[in-house]
Amino acid sequence: MPTVSMTVNGKAVSAEVEERTLLVSFLRDSLGLTGTHVGCDTSQCGACVVHVNGDSVKSCTMLAVQAEGANVTTIEGLASGEELHPVQKAFREHHGLQCGFCTPGMVMSAVDLLQKKKSPSEAEIREWLEGNICRCTGYHNIVKAIQAAAGAM
Amino acid sequence: MGAQGIGARVPRVEDQRFLTGRGRYTDDINRPHQTYAWILRSPHAHARIRSIDTSAAKSAPGVVAVFTGADMEVGSLPCGWQVTSKDGTPMKEPPHPPLARDYVRHVGDQVAVVIAETKAQARDAAELIEVDYEVLPAAVSIQAALAPDAPKVHQDLPDNVCYDWELGDKAKTEEAFANARHVVKLDIVQNRLIPNAIEPRAAVGDYDSGTGKYTLYTTSQNPHVIRLLMGAFVLNIPENKLRVVAPDVGGGFGSKIYHYAEEAIVTWAAGKVNRPVKWTAERSESFVADAHGRDHVTHAELAIDADGKFLGLRVSTLANMGAYLSTFAPSIPTYLYGPLMAGVYATPAIYVEVKAVFTHTTPVDAYRGAGRPEATYLLERIVTKAAKQLGIDEVELRRKNMVQPDMFPYQTPVLLQYDVGDYPGTMDAAVKAADWYGFAQRRKESEARGKLRGIGMSTYVEACGLAPSAVVGQLGARAGLYESANVRVHPTGSVSVYTGLHSHGQGHETVLAQIVHEYLGVPIENVTVVHGDTDDGQFGMGTYGSRSAPVGTAALVKALEKVVNKAKKIAAHLMEASEADIELKDGNFVIAGTDKSLPFAQVALAAYVPHNYPITELEPGLEGQAFYDPMNFSYPNGCHICEVEVDPETGKVDVVAMTSVDDVGRVLNPLIVEGQTHGGLTQGIGQALLEQCVFDEDGQLVTGSFMDYCMPRADDVPSYNSSTMAVMGASNPLQVKGVGESGTIGATPAVINAVLDALAPLGVEDIQMPASPHRVWQAIQAAKTPMAAE
Repeated sequence: MPTVSMTVNGKAVSAEVEERTLLVSFLRDSLGLTGTHVGCDTSQCGACVVHVNGDSVKSCTMLAVQAEGANVTTIEGLASGEELHPVQKAFREHHGLQCGFCTPGMVMSAVDLLQKKKSPSEAEIREWLEGNICRCTGYHNIVKAIQAAAGAM
Repeated sequence: MGAQGIGARVPRVEDQRFLTGRGRYTDDINRPHQTYAWILRSPHAHARIRSIDTSAAKSAPGVVAVFTGADMEVGSLPCGWQVTSKDGTPMKEPPHPPLARDYVRHVGDQVAVVIAETKAQARDAAELIEVDYEVLPAAVSIQAALAPDAPKVHQDLPDNVCYDWELGDKAKTEEAFANARHVVKLDIVQNRLIPNAIEPRAAVGDYDSGTGKYTLYTTSQNPHVIRLLMGAFVLNIPENKLRVVAPDVGGGFGSKIYHYAEEAIVTWAAGKVNRPVKWTAERSESFVADAHGRDHVTHAELAIDADGKFLGLRVSTLANMGAYLSTFAPSIPTYLYGPLMAGVYATPAIYVEVKAVFTHTTPVDAYRGAGRPEATYLLERIVTKAAKQLGIDEVELRRKNMVQPDMFPYQTPVLLQYDVGDYPGTMDAAVKAADWYGFAQRRKESEARGKLRGIGMSTYVEACGLAPSAVVGQLGARAGLYESANVRVHPTGSVSVYTGLHSHGQGHETVLAQIVHEYLGVPIENVTVVHGDTDDGQFGMGTYGSRSAPVGTAALVKALEKVVNKAKKIAAHLMEASEADIELKDGNFVIAGTDKSLPFAQVALAAYVPHNYPITELEPGLEGQAFYDPMNFSYPNGCHICEVEVDPETGKVDVVAMTSVDDVGRVLNPLIVEGQTHGGLTQGIGQALLEQCVFDEDGQLVTGSFMDYCMPRADDVPSYNSSTMAVMGASNPLQVKGVGESGTIGATPAVINAVLDALAPLGVEDIQMPASPHRVWQAIQAAKTPMAAE
């Protein structure tokens, strides 16, 4: 089995994995970072979104070995200690989450959007979130939260 | 209302863990020496199992055990409700083994389980199991299952009929139709939906051979009920030897109420292999193995007199049960459907008949709204159709027929007694908020852009707060539907609340803490709400049917009152005052009319360190437990108004505005009420425009992934204009009515009424759900060339 090494949430990690191991399985099973969720098996739901070298990526669409040497940020690495990232804060203030299962992917995806576009319109936010499915919130408060976070960042 | 009390817009306490990746869902749980289960599922909708050869699988790398139905001799998965047919016979209740024996009855039916050291090994080994199937013809649709020569879903059930039920006064309804000036007829198909909570189901079974105790971690909305059903009916394990834990659960929408085969399989197998066994569904499994929702075919007729007054309603429905009876299944198209046929209207005669049918498909059970969306959809469609047919303003037709505010309590002709409401009031508020009468101008603007604009309305009333035990007992429920709470005040004044409810998105950890704060003055940071573990709290019935607020909080209030009453006695002793003069205000006991006060925490401490204590009259300790059984259902109601734009070239429907005014009674936390409403509206729009479960004629699920089953996404729905209007008087202590399901109930008919309004100028009179671009385009083409549609 190959050994894979990368930086996850600022920490160098290394582990032996089967070649077929997905990045999401590596994060969850090898590193115990269970904040990244698996909600489907067709790369549609977006619950597993993390950042790889700064860009949002569905971690079920890439193999762990493809992330060799990469800089990976998961939901666990977003806040500074107990101080939430502005997007996390805005999700809380605006009730942008209910069951919390899609939330990590939703937040990581939103953070990437705001990195790429400072004040996206409602339509742009909704289009960006096309790859993140939420069954609870109806998206209304997620959109509001992202707009509020854009103002705060 | 304080900053943290009842009615305050308090951000949720549970969010911190969910936002930082520290939620703990079932698939996040790993037990020492754990094994992994892979369930081999039937690829056929209907087949006889001639033989199963597991020898190659058993010797595959990493395999610990392989079990089939022949190995797993346990009880049948039970059904929680009984329905009695018109002729007095009980419903047909065929056995539902956790692992199939002899026959498979739907694609995805469980055939065998492989237990191995890794999930990949279990999955690889499952491919080595050789099942010799005699593939048989399948009865996939309701109509196919009712055909004279239909394949039998259960061998000893010749006609595939589960029950043939009725409700209401048939003769009186016939008479109403005989006297009617107008009769409006409607045929509808309630499209079958797949709930798709974003967390796939999972279950971890564990067995302690030292104590003989089993533990099941599972994605459930009601762990106590799962313990009862699985322990008593399937595996024969008494409660004291079975712990069921439902940790953080990623959405339910009904689909995680039921006791599923996989829960029994991993628990039973953990005992057999004497190691923990973990199973996590892949989404493809969820599509075939989670109970589906809706799936009716209905004909309805409304009798109306010369003045536009409703005289009678008759409804005939065929309901698909799928291959087996899921836990709540028989009650959904009956008790949660027929009694809702009065809606907000004072229709004097109603008759409903429902035939439930087994088919070779995944079982069908409650999905958000459960029976009430089905009833409301047909009622609000037929009322709008009546208004158009009779040329009456539909707002006025509704108003004329509504139960008026001075008519409460109102006994409907179909079981329910509505306690309180202002149906014209909520409708008028929605009409105003949506600028209903300013629509013509907006339609013109859309026309100028080449779009067809339509507006549609729906009112609704639903029965929530499941449920008065005596009533549902008479209706066939095999359980009571009370709720429980235990308030444990700790020595320093912090509080743990144990509830029989379960939170899987509803924010109970916040709302219940707000209620504790309201009654005891303890800051919500010092209140922990404990739920989801049968070893950590008393029995309770869980969360579904919008019952947490009307039933669960009532139990909590009763428990809090017990705590306050006892604490007042202690405070009176400590303050050397009469108990009657003691009041609890903002976290302090005060003697009325004086400035003497004593903090709540000091009274709590005295209860646990009873040196100076009325020990001859009171036991030490400060804890209150209560069970609350409601006297009536609660009746949330409201009015939803939708505006759509249709592109006549492509048939695509855009929801451009959605307004809701809901009377949910007292609002405990507006943030949460709004969130529940938005989510419900989106699922309602999903049913109307996007979602449909499709099987081919062989029973293969065509819509078996998120690439084929159209879930509502962020760019499919608008931002909502939602508000509440509280008419007080619901029959529970906090006068709350429930908000979990209203969105899915009101939105769907409002959307379709809007689509039909948009298409009306082209001559389109009807459309089935979901009103997909393809269907809308076809309807437009058919209306253009009527002959071509023949």
